[in-house]
Amino acid sequence: MSATILTPALPASRDVRDARNDRIFRWLLAATAMFVLFALAGAALSMLWGGRSVLQQEGLHFFTSTAWDPVQDKYGALVPIYGTLVTAIIAMVIAIPVSFGIAFFLTEVAPRQLRTPIGVAIELLAGIPSIIYGMWGFFVLMPVMANHVIPWLGDHLGTWPVIGALFQGPPIGAGMLTAGFVLSIMVVPFISSVMRDVFLTVPTRLKESAYALGATRWEVNWNIVLPYTRSAVIGGIFLGLGRALGETMAVAFVIGNSVVFTKSLLEPSTTIAALIANDFGEATEQYRSALLLLGFVLFIVTFVVLAIARLMLARLDRREGR
Amino acid sequence: MAARSIDATERTRQSLYRRRAVTNAVSVTLACVAALFGLAFLAWILYTLLRNGLPGLSLHLFTQDQPPPNEAGGGLRHAFLGSFAMCGMAILIGTPVGIAAGTWLAEYGDRSKLGTAVRFVNDILMSAPSIVLGLFVYALYVMQTGGRFSAVAGAIALGFIVLPVVVRTTDEMLRLVPSQMREAALSLGIPQWKVIVQVLYRSALPGIVTGVMLALARISGETAPLIFTAFGNEFFSSDITGPMSAVPLVMYKFAGSPYENWQHLAWAGALVVTLFVLLISLVARTVLLRKKISHD
Repeated sequence: MSATILTPALPASRDVRDARNDRIFRWLLAATAMFVLFALAGAALSMLWGGRSVLQQEGLHFFTSTAWDPVQDKYGALVPIYGTLVTAIIAMVIAIPVSFGIAFFLTEVAPRQLRTPIGVAIELLAGIPSIIYGMWGFFVLMPVMANHVIPWLGDHLGTWPVIGALFQGPPIGAGMLTAGFVLSIMVVPFISSVMRDVFLTVPTRLKESAYALGATRWEVNWNIVLPYTRSAVIGGIFLGLGRALGETMAVAFVIGNSVVFTKSLLEPSTTIAALIANDFGEATEQYRSALLLLGFVLFIVTFVVLAIARLMLARLDRREGR
Repeated sequence: MAARSIDATERTRQSLYRRRAVTNAVSVTLACVAALFGLAFLAWILYTLLRNGLPGLSLHLFTQDQPPPNEAGGGLRHAFLGSFAMCGMAILIGTPVGIAAGTWLAEYGDRSKLGTAVRFVNDILMSAPSIVLGLFVYALYVMQTGGRFSAVAGAIALGFIVLPVVVRTTDEMLRLVPSQMREAALSLGIPQWKVIVQVLYRSALPGIVTGVMLALARISGETAPLIFTAFGNEFFSSDITGPMSAVPLVMYKFAGSPYENWQHLAWAGALVVTLFVLLISLVARTVLLRKKISHD
C-alpha cells in the first residue's frame, strides 16, 4: 500500500533534486566566470590602492617629472615611462616588417613541405621563457653591440644633425636600442604566427582568381590578402605591442637600469617593468607604493593596447561569421 | 609613325612587366630573408643555451643545494623543488576554476552579452604582462598577510596565468563538441550538470588536457610574478608558507652575479627549463591531434 503511494512520488522528488543540483551547478560556474571578469578590475584597483600614498604625495607630477629619487622620497616616473615607450617602438619598427615577411613566406612563398616545420619552429621561439632571451641578450648580444654595432652607429649616425643625439654615447652595450632589439626578437614569433593564421583565413577562391589574372605572389599578398585581413593584422601587431610594453625579464637584463634621463638610445635607461623587477626586493614601503603605482600605469597602457588588439581581431571573426 | 607608337606601347608594357617582376622578386627575397632572420635567432639562442648549459648538466644539479660563490659543485635542488611545488599548486588552483569558467562560457553564457564580456576580459588577462599579476597578488595577498613572502603567494600569482589559458581552451573545446551529443543526452532525461560532467567533458578531455599543459609550459619559465610573491630562498625549504626559490628566480640572480660557478648553474637551469618547456609544447601539439585552437 505504502509502496504504491511512494512510487509516483519518487520521480517527482528526483526531478526536484535534479533541478536543484542543476541550479547549484549553474551558479557555481557563473560565479567562477564572474571571478574571471572581476580579476582584471581587481588587479587594477589593488595596484591603485597600493600606490595611493605616492599618488597623493606627487599628484600629476608623478607623470611629468624625471626625478626618481627614492632616498629623497621623490618619485617622477617620466624616465621609465619614456623608456617603456621607446623600447616598444624600436621593437615594433623591427618586428612588424620581419613578421610580415615571415607570414608572407609561410603562406605564399615557401615550398609546401617546409611550411609546417618552419611555422612550428617559429612558434617554438614564442614558447621560450623570456628570461632566456634576457640571458642571451646579456651574455651574447651586449658584447656584440658594445664592440661592433654601437661604435659603428656612433661614427655614422651620431654625426647627423637631428637624430645624431639618439646615437651618441659610450659603448656600454646596455641601453634602449639593445633592449628594443631583444624585444623585437621576442615579439616576432607572436606577431608572425597571428599574421600567418589570419592570412590562412583568406578564401582560396579569392587568391586563385588573382593568380589566374596573372598577379604575382607579392601582388596577391599586398592587394588581396592584406586588405582582406587588415584589421586582424593590426590586431596581431597590437598584441605584440602589448607584450613588448609589459615584458620584464628580457629587458631587465639588457636595459642597464638607470633612472637618469638620457636622449641617447645607446645609454642605460629603464622601463616600468624592469624598474619594478629590479628594485622591488630592497624597496622601502613608500618606494613600493610608487612601484605599485607604476604597475598600475603599465596595466592601464597595456589594457588599452590589448583591448584594441582584441577588437581588431574580433572584426575578422565576425566577417567569417564566427 | 604607327609602327613607332606600337613600339612605344610595347616598350611601356615591357617595362611595366619588368617592374612587377622585379617588385615580386625583391619582396619574395625579403620574405626569405625575414624567415631566415627568425630561424637564425632561434638557432643562435638554442646554440648559446646548449653550449653554456650542457657542461653544467649533471646529477648534482638536482641533488645538491646552492653553493657559495666561487666554489665548485652544488646544484639547484632547492630551486627545482620550489618550481615544482609552485607550478603544481598553480595548476591545482587555476585548472578547476578555469574549467568551470570555460564551461559556463561555452554552455550557459555563449551568446549573451555577459559571456562576450567575460571572453574579452579573459583574452586580455591571457596577454596581460605577468609582472602586473605578480604585483596584484602582492597587493592582495602578501600585503594582507603581513608582508610575508610565501610559495603559496607565488602559486596564486602563477594560477592567474594558468586560469585564462584553461578558460580559453575549455571554452573552445566544449564548443567543438557537436550539439547532437548534448541533445541526445538531454533527451534521455539526464540533468544538464550530468550531461556536462559525464558526456561533454569526456569528449573534450584531450583538448582541456592540452590547455593545462600549455599553461604549465608558460608558468614554468615565469620569473617576474615570483619576485614579489615567492621572493626566492637561498636554502632548501619545503615550507610552502615561507619564501621558496624557483629555477627562473635563481637564474635571474645568478646570471647577473659576477661569480662564474653561479653563472654556469644559471645556464644549466636555463637549459633544463627550456627543454622542459619545448618538450611540453611539442607533446601538447601531438595530444591536440591537429584540433585548431589559437593560443595568442
